[in-house]
Order: sequence, then C-alpha cells, then structure tokens
Amino acid sequence: MAAATAMRFGQLSSGSDMAPDWTTKEVSTGTTIMAVEYDGGVVIGADSRTTTGAYIANRVTDKLTPIHDRIFCCRSGSAADTQAIADVVTYQLGFHSIELDEAPLVQTAANLFKASCYRYREELMAGIIVAGWDKRRGGQVYTVPVGGMLVRQPVSVGGSGSTYIYGYMDSNYKPNMTKDQCLRLVSGALSLAMERDGSSGGVVRLAAISETGVDRQVILGNQLPKWSTTGYIPYCLSKGLEIYPTV
Amino acid sequence: MDPSGLKLNFWENGPKPGQFYSFPGSSLTPGCGPIKHTLNPMVTGTSVLGVKFTGGVIIAADMLGSYGSLARFRNISRLMKVNDSTILGASGDYADYQYMKQIIEQMVIDEELLGDGHSYSPKAIHSWLTRVMYNRRSKMNPLWNTVVIGGFYNDERWLEFSNLAVCLGLFSVRLFFVSMQPLMREVVENKVEITKDEARALIERCLKVLYYRDARSYNRHEIAIVTKEGVEIVGPMSCETNWEIAHMVSGFE
Repeated sequence: MAAATAMRFGQLSSGSDMAPDWTTKEVSTGTTIMAVEYDGGVVIGADSRTTTGAYIANRVTDKLTPIHDRIFCCRSGSAADTQAIADVVTYQLGFHSIELDEAPLVQTAANLFKASCYRYREELMAGIIVAGWDKRRGGQVYTVPVGGMLVRQPVSVGGSGSTYIYGYMDSNYKPNMTKDQCLRLVSGALSLAMERDGSSGGVVRLAAISETGVDRQVILGNQLPKWSTTGYIPYCLSKGLEIYPTV
Repeated sequence: MDPSGLKLNFWENGPKPGQFYSFPGSSLTPGCGPIKHTLNPMVTGTSVLGVKFTGGVIIAADMLGSYGSLARFRNISRLMKVNDSTILGASGDYADYQYMKQIIEQMVIDEELLGDGHSYSPKAIHSWLTRVMYNRRSKMNPLWNTVVIGGFYNDERWLEFSNLAVCLGLFSVRLFFVSMQPLMREVVENKVEITKDEARALIERCLKVLYYRDARSYNRHEIAIVTKEGVEIVGPMSCETNWEIAHMVSGFE
C-alpha cells in the first residue's frame, strides 16, 4: 500500500514549492485496517487518521462503514473512492436484500465490491476488507485489494500501516480464537502499526459482528497499549542503556 | 498584487472562464478523460510449469499472490480445471485471472447446456483465449497474464501458452525460462516420450529450484494432471529443501 501510494503521488511534491502539499495531494485514508474471523462472528478494526499529504485532515475518522445490518467494510486508499464505492454497494445490497426478503450474504457484498473495484481498477485507488456474519457461513472476512481480486481469508490486514504488522500477525494469530482474544489481537496489531506508520494514528475503532448484532468500541489515543519501545528514553532508562542512539 | 508580497503559485495563470484549469502538480492533463488503458498488475503470480508425458500433460504453479515484493496471499490457486480434457494455469495479475476464470467457467456451463455431447478441446480454448487476449491488447487494455493451457483430447496431448504480448510457440516459464531450460532439457531431450513419474519428478525438481532461486516464489504448490481418465488437481504440497551447502560457506572471500 505504501509503495503503491508513493508511486502514484510521489511525483506531485516537486511541482509546487510555494503551495503547501495539502493543496495538491489527494485526500487518502493511508491506514491500517484489520479483520479476524472467530467462531460465531468477526472482529474488525481500523485507525482513525485521514491525511492530505502530511496534514491530518481528520484525526477521528470512522473507517468502519456499515453496508448492511451484519456486514461492514473497512476502507483504505483514497477517501473519496472508497466512500463512493461503499455508497454504491450499500444501495445495491439493500435493493438485493429487499428482493430476496432476507438478510444478504457476506459473499454477495464482497462480490459487489469486487465488481466495482475490478471494473474501474485503473481509475480507483481502493483496498477494502469486507467482513460480517450471515446465517449460511457464520463469520467471514473477504479481502478486495487494489486491482480488484477477491479472496476469503480467516484474518486480513490492509492499508499502508499493514506492512509493519505482518510479522506480529503471523506470530500471534492462531485459528479458533475467542472473541476476546480476537479483540486483543486487533487492538494490539493496530496500535503497533499506528506507532510506526505516519499515515495511521488517532484512535482504534473496533467492532464485533455476530448473530446478535454489532458491538462497537473506541480505544482512545491515550488508552492504547504501551509497548516497551514506545518512547525511546523510558526504555533506555529501564534497561540501564545509554541514551544516545548508537544504531 | 498581494500587499504582503507573497505570491501563491497555484493561483498564477489561474482559470479563465470556460477553460479547463490544470492545477500545478496534477497528474491529469486538461481535457484528458479518466485513464482507461495500460493496466498495472497489482497482485501477481509467478511462474507456471508444464510438461507433456506419455498419456497426458502436467501443469504446476505455486500458491502465492505477491503484492510487489510482499508475499501477501499464500493460499491462492492459480490452476483451474476447464473441463475433463483441459487444464489452465496463469501467472501475472490475479484479478485478471479471476475474471478470465469466471468467463471460461460460464462458457463451459453454456456449452454443457447445449447437451450435444461436444465439449471444448484444449486447442479451441487456447485459440479462443489467444484471440481474447490479442483483442484486449489491441485496445490497450490487456489482461496482464501468461496463461498455460494443457490438455488431452482425442488421444492427442496439448500444451501451449498465451500471454499479453501474444507470441505463440515455445513454451516458457516467465522470467525463469532460462534457468529451467537446462533442467528440463536434460530429462526431455533425446527421448521421444517420458513417463508420468519422470514428468512428475521433473516438475517437482523444477519447483524446488524455482523456490531456491525465484525471490517471488513460495514453498507451497499445486499440480494438475490431465490424462485420458480426466483431470486431477493435487495439492497443496511443499518441497523438501536442502540447505546443507550453507555450512560450506562462510565470509565472502
């Protein structure tokens, strides 16, 4: 995600030396998003930072967008593109659900996202994770990355900050976790990504979707888990190390 | 003139009524519509291998979808069964392969519905797909894939490939064609036919070498075998790797 964004927008900064970069850069949800399946539902999470270049346009964004009662999507990429696609899919899915006279399948929502993202792949910059619960297959997570392919995964991360947490996810995700373990995994992973990725930050928004409903939470910036290397000086002091960085 | 003396660049040569204005630093030139051509592959698959043997054809591919250099999707299948006589493997953009798969599957269903006992031959699928890819290429909107089609139809084996540059003929394994040639030649040359076991062993050896030497590969693969009996897709499997030579090397001199 970071590489693709740099490729597209990297050339813009050389053009205008007088104008600040937030007048030329596109508004993007340079982001970290994540979704995990558990038996009975899914847990999804996202950071809350929207940037135009290096300026934070919105520090409390909600990137977890409801598409239907038990289906959400996590948006990363261009803010305008993902909002537009989400609006289109919400309409299409709502209409389909009325025709069926029952709750729609998560797979249907995911395929609707894929159809739009693949058809307009050259014009769009959107990486979306679709997650939810339906009575046929329970909790499901589908990823539609940039380019418009579709794949189902038990756990998925996306956005520019995701590159920093692949290791954390590979080592801490285990199949058949409980809902609480999933919540801890997601909030831990997101806070690590937000720590390192300049385009991610703010608060951690979480949602747990199951048959009984959607349970949303927010973990505020000052309540995020503190890792031992958060802040170089306290770490050094606690280990009795030199304060001057030698590496 | 601004009293403070500050001139903001982006208002200079500002918009004239009725004209398209190109903001400085914008990547779109005025009057140019949205970009509709020249695709960039996003999530890609690496090499696909194929070999003919007595009585059939084997195709193999690893199960990785790479997002640039990131090994992002480690459990995706790049091989498909078209019908009982044809198999297909794709490298390149995975979204384009999924699109192709959807179209081909629908075509096969429509043909079965005709119920006349005929089914597409591997040559027919290859010919059709080559035309599709050529047309897309000519519209500057290619399907960014190299596709290998293998089959066994009317006691004849078929193994050909097709890609966005649409060259026919030699069978290639994408970037790593050159490194696989000696391995494959050693087994296949000077012999009219090889057996199924020899072919399978050759394929697995090539997959192992690709895992050693291709930075965008993964040690998890599938193999598709098509014979008179039909199609069998075996997998996921991994190669046994040997790193003993690591002990023989130290330092850089």
